[in-house]
Amino acid sequence: MWPLQPRPRRGALARSKHPIDSLGFNAELHYQGHGLALKEELSATENLQSGAALRGLSVSPQAVQAALSKVGLKGRSQLPVKVLSQGQKRRVALAGLVLSSAPLWILDEPFAALDVAAQSSLQGILDQHLAQGGLLVFTSHQAIELQAPGEDLDLGVFAA
Amino acid sequence: MNKVALRSAPPAPSMGQTLWALLTRDLKVAARRQSDLATVVFFFGVVAALFPLAIGPEMGTLRLIGPGILWVAALLAAMLSMGRLFSADYADGSLEQLLLSATPLPFLVAAKIAAHWLLSGLPLVILSPLLALQFDLPGEAMKILMLTLLVGTLSLSLVGAVGAALTLGLRSSELLLSLLVLPLYIPTLVFGAGAVQAEMSGLGAQGHVSLLMAVLMLALFLCPWAAAAALKIALE
Repeated sequence: MWPLQPRPRRGALARSKHPIDSLGFNAELHYQGHGLALKEELSATENLQSGAALRGLSVSPQAVQAALSKVGLKGRSQLPVKVLSQGQKRRVALAGLVLSSAPLWILDEPFAALDVAAQSSLQGILDQHLAQGGLLVFTSHQAIELQAPGEDLDLGVFAA
Repeated sequence: MNKVALRSAPPAPSMGQTLWALLTRDLKVAARRQSDLATVVFFFGVVAALFPLAIGPEMGTLRLIGPGILWVAALLAAMLSMGRLFSADYADGSLEQLLLSATPLPFLVAAKIAAHWLLSGLPLVILSPLLALQFDLPGEAMKILMLTLLVGTLSLSLVGAVGAALTLGLRSSELLLSLLVLPLYIPTLVFGAGAVQAEMSGLGAQGHVSLLMAVLMLALFLCPWAAAAALKIALE
């Protein structure tokens, strides 16, 4: 969970003059961890709307519907999230990425529990984010090929 | 050099909107899980209703013990729901998002406490006159009871939030929570029940109500910050 508690041994971490623990840094960050931050009782639409509002974004209902159909959940937007499958829940969280306008995305295993179609739509979303000049850090157990050149950090050396 | 401009930062979030979104989200979730609300109200009703049955129909005795029993029942009912304040958000990852929000955490915590109070404090205030009838409390005392519960349950929610944040994610957190916050609830209980008794004995409730307000102000000032600090520790 390093976006929460970055503790460099020496010095300080900052991005465009915002120290990494500050509210200014948070305003430009979209973090998605293992917990999807979805409320089981609310529908996908309501989850996305309240999620965006908590990030300080005002999104139109049309934008929410467009994001949901982009990840293939068009017919399920009004169902409570608790009746959705694990993969569908993850796709609701992906729709949150579509709505995000944060320049920096930090995603923890975004490709886990996704079927092939959802994987390629996530790749499309990530490519679009990068093409618009966004920054992206994500972890994965699979080899993911994105259009933009990126740097692979192999964390296997720390596993032993 | 490619010419793609770095995505610009999102528009500055309006804090009021964010807090309102959090408050309404919590209320909406609670509206779809009515068992939580029902538990609090039912517990308060049952405890307060059992005492007159057990003690007997002597008006003098009931009037004497009424304020104390109603206040203790309200305190325990408020306590009952306290552990759930942050645990659901902790389990589903929403709490991480709150900590990474561009809104200062103490304000977000205050919005969550407000939602919690609307769901577990306010219903007690509304129900209290009905239960006060069982103890034959006079009309004036009933008004004071409602007023003190209104102010007092707010303090209870605020103080309880600090305990809920401190015990978040621990085993047997409910037990620890009650050990932590019950001593802190005592001033509210003493002044709250004392106000109603003072009103009934003709001394006037002014002094007790003022002290109750003072406790509320202190809690309002300190508790959201303390709870926010505790949440940061809990997620470390």
